[in-house]
Order: sequence, then C-alpha cells, then structure tokens
Amino acid sequence: MNPLAVSFSAVRELSGPLLVVSGVTGVGWDEFAEIRTGGRVRHGLVLAVADDLAVVQVLEGTFGMDPAATTVHFAGRPLRIDVGPGWLGRTCNGRGVPIDDGPPVLGPRRSAVAGTPMNPTRRQPPAEPVLTGVSAIDGLTTLVRGQKLPIFSQAGLPHLQLATQIAAQSTAGGEPFAVVFGGLGLTHADADAVRDALAARAAAGELTILLNTADDPVIERILTPRLALTIAEDLAFVEGRHVLVVLTDMTSYAEAVREVSAARGEIPGRRAYPGYLYSDLASLYERCGRIAGRPGSVTVLPVLTMPAGDITHPVPDLTGYITEGQVVLSTEIAAAGVYPPVDALSSLSRLMRHGARPDHLDVAAQVMAALARARQAAELADLVGPGGLSEADRNYRRFEDRYLTGLLSQSPDECRPLEETMRLAWQALSVLPRRELVLLPEHELAAHGIAP
Amino acid sequence: MSAARVTRVDGPMVEVSHTGRLAMHELVEIGPDALPGEVVAIRDGRATVQAYEYTGGLRPDDRVCPTGTPLTARLGPGLLGRVFDGLLRPLTDGPVWLLPQAPGTDLDGERWDFEPGVRVGQQVTGGSELGTVPGPGAVVYRIMVPPDGGGTVESIVPAGRYRADDEIAVVGGAPVRLTTRWPVRLPRPVRERRPADTPLHTGQRVIDLLFPVLKGGSVAVPGGFGTGKTMLLQQISKWCDADVIVYAGCGERGNEMADVVTELFALTDPRGGGRLADRTVAIANTSNMPMMARETGVHSAVTVAEYFRDMGYDVLVIADSTSRWAEALREFASRTGVLPAEEGYPATLGSALAAFYERAGAVTTLGGAHGSVTIVGAVSPPGGDLTEPVTTQSERFVRGLWTLDRELAYARHYPAVSWSGSFARDALTVGAWQVSHGAPNWAADRARLLSLLTEADRLAALAELIGITGLAAPERAVLLTARLVRDAVLRQSGLSPRDGYCGRAKGLALVEAVLAVGDRLRWLAEQGRPAESFESADLGALVRVRDTAGPDDAAAVLTARDTVLTELEGVS
Repeated sequence: MNPLAVSFSAVRELSGPLLVVSGVTGVGWDEFAEIRTGGRVRHGLVLAVADDLAVVQVLEGTFGMDPAATTVHFAGRPLRIDVGPGWLGRTCNGRGVPIDDGPPVLGPRRSAVAGTPMNPTRRQPPAEPVLTGVSAIDGLTTLVRGQKLPIFSQAGLPHLQLATQIAAQSTAGGEPFAVVFGGLGLTHADADAVRDALAARAAAGELTILLNTADDPVIERILTPRLALTIAEDLAFVEGRHVLVVLTDMTSYAEAVREVSAARGEIPGRRAYPGYLYSDLASLYERCGRIAGRPGSVTVLPVLTMPAGDITHPVPDLTGYITEGQVVLSTEIAAAGVYPPVDALSSLSRLMRHGARPDHLDVAAQVMAALARARQAAELADLVGPGGLSEADRNYRRFEDRYLTGLLSQSPDECRPLEETMRLAWQALSVLPRRELVLLPEHELAAHGIAP
Repeated sequence: MSAARVTRVDGPMVEVSHTGRLAMHELVEIGPDALPGEVVAIRDGRATVQAYEYTGGLRPDDRVCPTGTPLTARLGPGLLGRVFDGLLRPLTDGPVWLLPQAPGTDLDGERWDFEPGVRVGQQVTGGSELGTVPGPGAVVYRIMVPPDGGGTVESIVPAGRYRADDEIAVVGGAPVRLTTRWPVRLPRPVRERRPADTPLHTGQRVIDLLFPVLKGGSVAVPGGFGTGKTMLLQQISKWCDADVIVYAGCGERGNEMADVVTELFALTDPRGGGRLADRTVAIANTSNMPMMARETGVHSAVTVAEYFRDMGYDVLVIADSTSRWAEALREFASRTGVLPAEEGYPATLGSALAAFYERAGAVTTLGGAHGSVTIVGAVSPPGGDLTEPVTTQSERFVRGLWTLDRELAYARHYPAVSWSGSFARDALTVGAWQVSHGAPNWAADRARLLSLLTEADRLAALAELIGITGLAAPERAVLLTARLVRDAVLRQSGLSPRDGYCGRAKGLALVEAVLAVGDRLRWLAEQGRPAESFESADLGALVRVRDTAGPDDAAAVLTARDTVLTELEGVS
C-alpha cells in the first residue's frame, strides 16, 4: 500500500455492494481501496469519482457495515499484484489470499490486474496444440496454444468434471506448462472436488487455483478472472511457460457484473446485463495469445452454463463472438451415459487447421462428415423405422455407435494420447465401406489397412 | 489563459470544468499522461469528454489541455502496408503491450521520394496534384493541394527525399506538406458525386453473380457467430479489384487480426505482383483495446479511404464489425445518461449508420479525377436475430445486403450467403455493365438462378411432407438443377488453392454450364423420362470442376459441361 495514500471516513451512502465516500481528494478512477470497518479489513475498487465523491465497489460486500465506523484508505493507483513462479502450487481465494495455510504469495514483479491490450501486430497466430488427453477435444476440436475456446454446457452436465480433467492432464508436448484454474461461484462441494482432482498437478508445482465459491461475495468474482489472467500472463510471457487458464463458470461472472451494474442504476441491456458486457468479457478472453519471438502462450478455456440451454442467451452469444470456436455439451449424449457428452457437430475449433497435422485434419473431417450423415440416418429411422433404412444408412448408424462408445467415451481420469485417439477414430471409420471414405487420401487408407 | 480541470471520471466518460473556450468534438489531452479525448457535450462551463484510452488513476482536479482542433487523421505516405489503431497511431513495429499514450506527432522518421509535377507560377486548385511519392507497391501517393487551398504555386521543392512533415510547396500563400490532416468525422469534399456504374469484382461467385456491388456502393453483411463473416470479408479484401483496401477491425478478435495481417503480408497481390499488404491499410482495434478508439476507428478508416479516393483510386473499406462500433456508441450513451431508444441504443443510431454508409460513393474529385469508396460493413446481430436495431437500421441505408445463413453454415456451405435473405439494389446497373462487357445474358441468367433456388426451396419443403417420390419428374429436375447451382456454382471454399478466388470468365462459364445441364434435365423430364434415370446420372464432373479448374480456366468448365451433357445423352 502506498504510504502517501490517505484515509477518508465520511461514508455517505451504503447500498448493495457500493459505498459512497465524500470529502475525498486525489482519488483516481479504478483505484484500489482498503476499507476498515468494525476492526476488519475489506477491499474495494473505485467505480466512479466526481468532485469530492468516490463510489467504491466493496469486494467482500457491505453486509454489517456501519458508515460511522468505516474508513476508506485509497491506494493511489489501480490494483496491482505480485506475480511470478511463487503462485505455482498455491491455492487462494478469489482475491488471491492463500487458503492453503501458506504464506501470502509474493513475487519478483508487480502487474496491474486490469491488463494491457496486446499489440495485434506483435501477436503470433496460434499454431501448436495443447493436448488435453480428451479425445473429443484433441481429435475433433483441437485446442491450440494461445486460443480461447469455451465449453458451453447446461446445469446438470459434467462440465466441471471435464474442465478439471483438462486442467489435470493437459500438456504442451514436453514444453514447460502450467495451469491457472479460476473457480467463479463454485459450490463448496465443487470447490473440494476441484482441489482433490488437481492435487497431483498442484504438488508438481504446475498449478495455481483461485477459488471464489458461490457464497463468497459476488463482487469479488469480478476480480478473480483478472487475477488468474495476470498470473498467467507473467508465467507465460516472462517465465516462458505455456499456460492454460480454466475459468468456470463465466455465467456466474456475468451475473456478478450485472449485479454491480444494477446497483449503480445503469441502463440495462439485454436481459438486464449491462451494455458493456461484450467489452467486459473481451477484456478477459482477449488476454490469451502468443507474442512473436517469445516462448510461452496463454490459452483460455472458459466454461459457461447456458441458462435453460439457450445458446442465444447474452453470455454464450457474446462469448461466441469473442472466442475462437466452442465445445458444446449435450444433454442427449449425457443421457445416453457417455462421458464426456460433447456434441461434436455443434462444436468447432476455429484454429484447429493451424494446430493439427494434415492427416489428423483429414480424419477429423471424415468423422464429422460421417456423424452428419449418421444423424440424418437417425432422423430417417425415426420416420420410417430402422427396417426402412438402406444398407448405407445402417452402416452410418453402426459408425455412430462405434464413435460414441469407442472414440468419444472415456473415463474422467483417462489421459488418452493423441495416437490412441487417432487409432480409435480409424477404428470407428473402418466400419464404413471404402467408397464412403472420400475425404481420406488413398495412401492413408492403405496405411490403415482399408483395402480397395 | 484558459484552465480546464477534471471533475468526474466514470470509465471513458470524463467531465471537465473549464473557464476558457472548448468546441464540440475538439480533441483535448487529459491528465498527467495527456490521454486523448474528445468533447461530446458542453453545458454551463462543463464539458463531457470521451477518453480514447483506459482512464485508470485519472482523478478530479487533473489538468485538461484543449488542443484547438477536432480529432484529425494524419494522411500521407506510410499508410499503405501498415497497421494502425483506431486513432491511426502506428501499431506496426510498436510495443508488445499497448499502454495508454498520447496521440503520436510523427508517423516515423522515414524519408520519402517526392517527384514534383508542377512548376512555380502554375495555377492550381484544391485537390490538384502537386507531385507523387511512390508507394510500396503499384499504388502511388499523389500529393494534393488541400481541399480548401489553391492559387498560384509560389514554390515547389525539387525531386528528392523529404520527411512526412516537410513543407514541399507554397500554394496561394499557404504551405503544403507531404502529410495533411483531416477531421475524421467530416467527409472530404468532392466536385460532384457521379452515378456508380462499374461492378466491384470480388472473386466470390455468389456475390459477383447474384448479389453484386458497384464501385462506390455499400453493403451490410449480417451473420451470427460461426457463419463465416470474417472469412468472407478476408477473401474479398484479398481478391477484389479495388486499388486500395482499408481493412478496419473494430472490436474483433486479436488472433484473427493477427491472422489477417500475417496473411496479407505473406500473400502476393494477384493483380500485378508485390505483396497484398502494399495496397492495404489495416486499422486494428481489437475487442479489448479502448472502446472509444473503436468508435473512432470506423471514421478513421473512411477518412483514409477518401484520401486515396481523392487521388483517383477505387477504394474498398471493410468494417468488421459495425455492431461493435454501435455498441461503443451505446455504451457511451448509457454512461452519459442519454435516453435509450430500441435495445438501449441511442436514438441517433440510425443517423450514425447513415452518415457512415453515405460516405461511400463514386465521385469526381476536386482535382477532376474519378475515384470511389465502397463500404462493406459486417453486422454481428446478437443471438443471430436479424430484427435487432443495427441490422434493421443498416438495411435501410445500404445498396446491398449479404445475409449469412446459419443453416447453410452448419451444412458447411460457404460462403453462407442466403439467396432468400440478401439483395442487390444495383443489379440492373451491373447487368448493363455486363452487357457492354461481353455477357449479354448476365441479368437473365441471374434471374433464372434466383428463381430456380426459390422454386427448389419450395419443392424441398413440399418433398419433406410428401416424400421426394411424390414429386413429378420436371419438379425433380428443378431440385436437381438447384442442387447443381448450389454445389457447382455458389459453394466456394476460401481454403481451396484453385477456387478461393474465381475470375469473371470462370464464374460466367459455370453459370452457363449449369443452366445448360438444367435445360437438358428439364427436357428429359418433359420427354417423359423417369426422374430416377437422370438423378442417377453422374454429374460429378460439373460439381468438381470449380475446384479442379484454375481461377481463370473457363475452358475446363465448358469441357466438364460437355462431359455431363454427353453422360445425359445416354439417359433413357
């Protein structure tokens, strides 16, 4: 804290998560503040300043605060945190305070959590993959280093399990790697599950966990992803690691933004989310990337639940406009008992063609084409009954079966190598007659024993 | 001496009290870092300023310096082949992290070869050419007398190398520099608008054949995420026959912008060699760069386009996307307490969009040359909802609409331009141009393609109810022909090395070939041949030829047509 900073005690108003203090001088917008109230300390960010008034959003909420017993201490600058490898292996709350009984996290450098936009001309277009060990992603919607690829899910689907599985087993093909896991509004049960599932990775010193639980103040939730990304940027662009940032659940985050917006009396936009939700989400997602001429990358994997499964809801909709594709989970596939329930046909990785080998791309294209045909065949079977299907249609249905049970389905603790994923993809495709495999080159067919 | 001080900061909205003079849209420098901002409202000695940068740390009582001029674009050599932010500050060779900064004063220290084209004593008017500076590629910078200038050339420097801000002439008592400045929100004057009459050849068949645009026209491209908007616009910017492309990324993805830039710099210009980048000015304000600079970016882009237009060039502006621009307008309106109209956008949205699209046009420049600005604006409707305000307002002001259809995109039919939801108000004019350029049937063929597609959509809906076998043979011939139109003509993969770009002759040949095959199919059906007989014929040669023939290989298309027609001879 800046020793020159001054304290003010004229708290004029407390409402919702906001505190208005009057008689201030020299307080700047977006400044960080410490609030002493009843012998305890809370934290806040300046939302607006006007003449001698400052509006502060209180991270821990305003519950039980008494204006008469509250002083606000301004830091004199926007929030900065220590960054560096000291974060690896640590578990903290949503404000970065350790909850693993360890000492406060210190680092050799300090960075502003607001982040700084990266010069687009200095960006290196993403190329190599992050291998997640999950066939549905590695095989069909390859996650590329520096990409932002969200998982669109619904309440009740195992998105958290999938996110932790990816966080636990992802690698960058032997190059230095790390994961920053940002939990936003998780239930305590979920938070515990995350810690358990990631214990090994934390022990290996490759993981930072920031946990904001559902009963933590929603305002703190606005800070959590910014901390996660600030830590990740340093690990990537200074320490030279490939960093995967998992943020779940972004719908909780957007609701927190809406709550503050409503408390400020802003004009509501779609579904009462503020008009700047796009800019706000972009200020997080866009922090992924690679820098030309430097090692390291920040890959962002946001997870969000679509309210009532509605992909046109503002949060998935705006996310889709910013991110580079999406992995969509399906209730029908989950109901069929398949994990992970990824609906490959509605999923897409826009950068996959930069991150996968040519033979891999051919196989993925063939699997997708065959899945589309299989879905048509299934719709036809619903109309005319399975007996009315042609031999070709029956082949496609057999293929889909192989695909679901062989390629897509895997156990939540199985880390499947890419070679194995490819083998299973070929195995599923091999139930189709050769004439149907038009997207695969001759030499590949021959190499995989599919005779003319 | 006037004094102005910050009284309120709320994100990019800064309120200022002042005792001196401030004008609407004047550029001011705010706070210790001299952050740029623009005056948007003045009342009782207080002004509302929109800051173009992150205002973290800015506090009441910080100093504000008026600059006396509105936000201007710096127009001169060095624009082509480079990437700028929304305020036209160079990003190429800039720092990795974009910290808030004051507007730069010098583009760079580079010197430019100037070749004078006038003599002392000569009479010139505003817009007259004084000389030239070679560009990095085929496009030459013409150094012009400023629009409000003119008179006798009192001095002119000899050929040589000069810096961007060096004075190169004195005309009518006023100095002229290599670089000029122009307020971005003010259209540059022209002698007169003239009717646009030449199509912009984009190399994308669905556009050139069905929904063409004229040089000087304007188009909006609405499409939900995943419908291939950016891919289509990139293809057009790479291949179209405009002289200069201004590609403005306003609020889009950083990685995508990096991809565009990398490709532009790697690709050879199909028109006359050199790099594609050499005829391109890129403006990149990605989604996490300052919101208000994004708002300005579209104006900067059109101003740069008008600057090249005034040199007599045909310029294409691509704005991806106007929705993000409109969102910036909305965001700021909401912060300043403007009453919201539809969906929270300010009531001025319509006029703002009109003012933007109306800067397109074919003109006679002040100097007497012919130039044009064509505007293509992407629209990202929330939830893919085409009834939202930005889409509906844009539709009113544009000459063409290319609606991208999610169903087509999901079926991997790219470019996913909907034939039922798109229009081209200048199709008649394009038809006339085609007649005078050796394609007398263009308009009739276009009408046939569109009616075939519409008819086929109706029949396909019917077939879903009663089954394909419930349709008569001529109807099935229509369905098959429409499928050929879609697969052999309209589909075009941006990744295909031979078909990413399609020359005019190849496009016309494909239409001719498909319509000829369609005529034969209909004839067979009318002769009483069963539908199964022609449906089982191998039409593959015609479907594949778009990918196997080179971009200008019309002969291969006609060979494929003949192969298929011969195949159909055998149908009985």
